Amino acid sequence: MIPEFGHYALILALCVSLIQGVLPLVGAHQGRREWLMLARPAAQTVFLLLGIAFAILAWSFYVNDFSVLYVAEHSNSQLPVVYRLGAVWGGHEGSLLLWVFLLSTWTIMVAQLSKALDEFMVARVIGVLGLVISGLLLFVLTTSNPFMRLFPAAQDGRSLNPLLQDPGLVFHPPMLYMGYVGFSVAFAFAIASLLSGRLDAAWARWSRPWTTAAWIFLTLGIALGSWWAYYELGWGGWWFWDPVENASFIPWLVGTALLHSLAVTEKRGGFKSWTVLLAITAFSLSLLGTFLVRSGVLTSVHAFATDPRRGIFILIFLTLVVGSSLGLYAWRAPKSSLGGKFSLSSRETFILLGNVFLVVSAGSVLLGTLYPLLIDALHLGKISVGPPYFNSVFVPIMIPLLVLMGIGPWTSWKNSDLLVVIKRLWLAGLAAVLAGISIPLMMGEFTWLAGLGFLLAFWVIASGCLQIIRQAKAGKPTRSFIGMQVAHLGIAVFVIGVTMVGAYQEEKDVRMSAGETVSVGGYQIRLQDVNLVPGPNYQAMRGTFLLTKNGITQATLYPEKRNYFSSTMPMTEAAIDTGLTRDIYVSLGEELPDKSWAVRVYYKPFVDWIWGGCLLMALGGILAISDKRYRIQLKKQAS
Amino acid sequence: MKQILAIALCMLSFGFSFAKDAAPLADDPVTEQRLISISEEMRCLVCQNESLAGSRSDLANDLRREIRTLIKEGKSDEQIRSFMVERYGDFVLYRPPVKPITWLLWIGPFVILLIGILGLLTYLRRRNSAVTTIALSDDDNKKIDALLNNKNEREAS
Amino acid sequence: MKAKFLIPLLLFIVLVVFLAIGLNRDPHEVPSPLIDKPAPAFEIAQLSEAHQSFSPASMKGQVWILNVWASWCVACREEHPVLVDLAKSKMAPIIGLDYKDQREDALAMLAKQGNPYVLSAFDANGRVGIDYGVYGVPETYVIDKAGVIRFKHIGPLTMELLNKKIYPLISDLQKP
Repeated sequence: MIPEFGHYALILALCVSLIQGVLPLVGAHQGRREWLMLARPAAQTVFLLLGIAFAILAWSFYVNDFSVLYVAEHSNSQLPVVYRLGAVWGGHEGSLLLWVFLLSTWTIMVAQLSKALDEFMVARVIGVLGLVISGLLLFVLTTSNPFMRLFPAAQDGRSLNPLLQDPGLVFHPPMLYMGYVGFSVAFAFAIASLLSGRLDAAWARWSRPWTTAAWIFLTLGIALGSWWAYYELGWGGWWFWDPVENASFIPWLVGTALLHSLAVTEKRGGFKSWTVLLAITAFSLSLLGTFLVRSGVLTSVHAFATDPRRGIFILIFLTLVVGSSLGLYAWRAPKSSLGGKFSLSSRETFILLGNVFLVVSAGSVLLGTLYPLLIDALHLGKISVGPPYFNSVFVPIMIPLLVLMGIGPWTSWKNSDLLVVIKRLWLAGLAAVLAGISIPLMMGEFTWLAGLGFLLAFWVIASGCLQIIRQAKAGKPTRSFIGMQVAHLGIAVFVIGVTMVGAYQEEKDVRMSAGETVSVGGYQIRLQDVNLVPGPNYQAMRGTFLLTKNGITQATLYPEKRNYFSSTMPMTEAAIDTGLTRDIYVSLGEELPDKSWAVRVYYKPFVDWIWGGCLLMALGGILAISDKRYRIQLKKQAS
Repeated sequence: MKQILAIALCMLSFGFSFAKDAAPLADDPVTEQRLISISEEMRCLVCQNESLAGSRSDLANDLRREIRTLIKEGKSDEQIRSFMVERYGDFVLYRPPVKPITWLLWIGPFVILLIGILGLLTYLRRRNSAVTTIALSDDDNKKIDALLNNKNEREAS
Repeated sequence: MKAKFLIPLLLFIVLVVFLAIGLNRDPHEVPSPLIDKPAPAFEIAQLSEAHQSFSPASMKGQVWILNVWASWCVACREEHPVLVDLAKSKMAPIIGLDYKDQREDALAMLAKQGNPYVLSAFDANGRVGIDYGVYGVPETYVIDKAGVIRFKHIGPLTMELLNKKIYPLISDLQKP
C-alpha cells in the first residue's frame, strides 16, 4: 500500500510542477499577479510531495519490501542498514528520483531566500525550474518509476553490487547531484532575465552565490568519487577519464568559468550575453551528462542499466530544454548593452582569458568523450579515446591557465599596469623556479614534467602569499578575497599531489608467504598471515601486514579478498595507511598454487593532497559565499 | 640469570625475524615494466572500459601472456601495437592513432584554443573603441560621496 | 538577430543529431579488422581425434564456416540448434573451434545437443582465438574458397541472420 502512496505523490507532484512551471511564466508575461503569486506555494508543495515520495522509497528499502521491483533489484536482507539506504540511489530509477528531489530542494531554497527580489523575476525563475522538474517527473513516471511492483514479491533481493557497498557511495551521488542540479539555478536566472527582455547586471549579482554553492557541491562530489575509486577499486588509480567521470568534470570546468565570468558581469556589467551563455551551457552539460550515463550510448565502468527507450526520452527532453534556451538566447541576447570599458591589461581581460582556457578544455574533454560515437555514427569504424589522449590534451591547456592564475589577481579592474604587476611578481617567479628544480632533486629524480608541475604550483602559492601579505598591510581582507586565495591555493595543492604521485610513486607486484617482506618507498611491509574472516554478507580472506620504517612499526594493514554471497566475482578491499605526505597501499591478489599470495603494494607520495586540494577549493567557495555582503542580505530578509 | 636468558631469547628471536624478501610476482621485472606500459594504453575488450593492464578477466590474462611472449621475442612497442590492432582493430588502443579521421580530435582543441585567444583579444580591442565612458563632473562626484556616506552611516547603526 | 548568436544553437543541433544516431548503434560491438583478409593459419589437434590435426589450408577450394564455441558458454548452447539447422542445409561445412575448453565437457555437449560440425579443432589455450580476434564466444566466420574471411558475426547466430545474411553470402561465394 505504501509504495502506491509514493507513486501517487509523484503523479501529484507532476501536476503541481506543471502549475509551477506554466502559470508563473505566463503570468509574468501577461502581468497577472495572481498567477505570479502561485510560484512559491507551488514550489513548496512540489518539494513536500517529492520529499514524501523519496521518504517512502527509503522506507521500502529500510523494511526490505521486496514487492517493490527496484528494491528487489538493488537490495538484500543481508545488506547492512546503511547500505540499504545508500541503495536507494544505487540504480537508475532511485538516483533519478534523487535528482528530481534535489532539484526541488534548490527550487525551494531559491523561493525562500529571494524575498528581496523583484516578484516578476522570482516567478520566472521558479517557473523555469518548475518546467524542468515536470519534464523529469514525466520521464520518471513513464520510463523509470521506482515504485513498480514485483508480482509475486521476491523472497529476497538481488542485492547491491559489492563495489557500491561503501560509505563513499552513500555520499558521492547526493553530493554530485547537488552540484549538477544546482547549476539549474543559474540557468533559471539566465532564462528569466532573457525572458524579461532586460538583460542587466542584476541577474549576475543574484546568480553568483547560488552558482558558487552548486560549484562547491560539485567539487566535493567529484573529489569523493575520485577518492572512492582510489581506495575501493584496488588499482590505486584516482582518475580514468571514463565517460561518466568526464560527464561530471565538463560541467565543473564550465561552472568554474561561469563563476569567474559572473564576477566580471557583476562588477563591470560587461559580457552579459557570454555569462548567460555559460549559465545555459553549464546546466545543459549536466543534462547531457545525465543522458550519456543512462542511455547506453557510451562504454563506461559506471554502467547504469541501459535502455534505449530511456535514452530517447532524455534526448528529447534535452533537445527541448537546451534547444529552446539557445533559441531564446539567439533571439534576446543581442539586445544587451556592452557595459563598462576595460583595457586589455585589466583583470577583466585576464578572467576572460581564463574563461577561454577553461571552456576550450571542457570542449576538448567533451570532444574526446564523444569522438568514438561520432566516428561510429559516420560508419567510419570504431575507435577508443582513453587516458593517453586526455592527458596529452588537457594538461598542456591547463599550463597557461595556471600561469594566469598567478598573475590575474594582481591586476586591477578596468586597467592595470602590467609592468608594475611583473615587478611585484618576480619574487614569486623565483620561488617557482627554485621549487621546480629543488623538489624533484629532493625526491631523488629530476624529470621535466615533475619540475614543471612544482614550478606552476609554487608559482600560484607564492603569488597568493605575496597578495595576502600586501592585502593585510592595506586593511582587513574580505572573506571574498580570502575565499579566492584559499580556492586558488587548493588548485596548487592539487597540482602538487598529482605531480608527486605521477612522478614518484612506487609499485611492487610480489608473491608473499607468511614472514616475507617487501620494501617500497623506504618502508618495509611484512606479511604475518592470511585468515578466513566472515562478514555480514560475505566471506573474506584477510591478510595481516605489518608496516615498518627503519624498524619502527607504523601500522598494521588488513587488506581483504571478499566473496560476496550475491556475486560470483571476488572483490578486493585494499588496505591503506594514510599520511599527510604519503599513502602506503596494500592490495591482496589471488592465492597462488604454492599457497603463497599475490600482493601488490604501492608507495604513493602526497596522494591525499589531490583531494585535500579539492577540499580547499570547496572551502574557498564557502568563504566566498559567507562574505559580508551576502550575510547582510540574509539579515535584511530575516527582519 | 633469568634476565640474561630473556635478553638472549629476545636477541635470538630478532635474528629469526629477519624476514625473507618476497619474490617479484613476475619472472622478469624488466619485461613486466614494458608489459604494463604497453597494456596500460590498451582496452580490455570484454570489460566495460578497463585497461588491459588492470583487468583480471581471462581474455586480458591471455593477451598479457601473449604480449609478454612478444616482448621476449624482441618485438618493438610499435610491432606489438600492430599485432593487437591487426586482430582487434583500432578499438583496442586507448591512444587513438593519428590518421585523417582523428585529425579533428588531436588538433581540434589547440586550433580552437588559438582562435579563442586571438578572437577574444581582437574583440576586446574593438569593444574598447565602441564603448563610451561618461566622465563625471565634480558636482556629481560630491553627490555620490554624500550618498555613500549616508549609506555607510545607516549600515553601521 | 545577429548571426553569431545562432552558433551555439546550431552546434547543439549537430550534437543532438549525432547522439540520436548513436542511440541506434551498439558501442560494444567491435567490427573485425580481419574482414577481407586471409584467415590466419594454424595447425592444432582436433577435439575428438586428438592425434589428428586441422589446418584451414585444408579447406581451400570450398566456402566454409568457422564457429568458435565452448561448453561453458551459455550463449553457445542457445545458438546450437541454429547451427544444427545450418549443418542440415548442407550449404557449407561448419568447422568448430573449441575455445579454452575441457575435452570431456566439450564432447559431452556435442553428444547431448548434436554435432553440427564436420570436425572441431581444440584450441586449449586460446592462442588461435587471439589470432582470429575472438573476444566474446560464440563467434562465427564465413571463409571463401581462397581462404579469405568474408564475414564475422559476434554473438549467437539467429535464423534471421542466417536467412538475411549468411545463406545469400554463401551462395554468392560459391558461384564459380
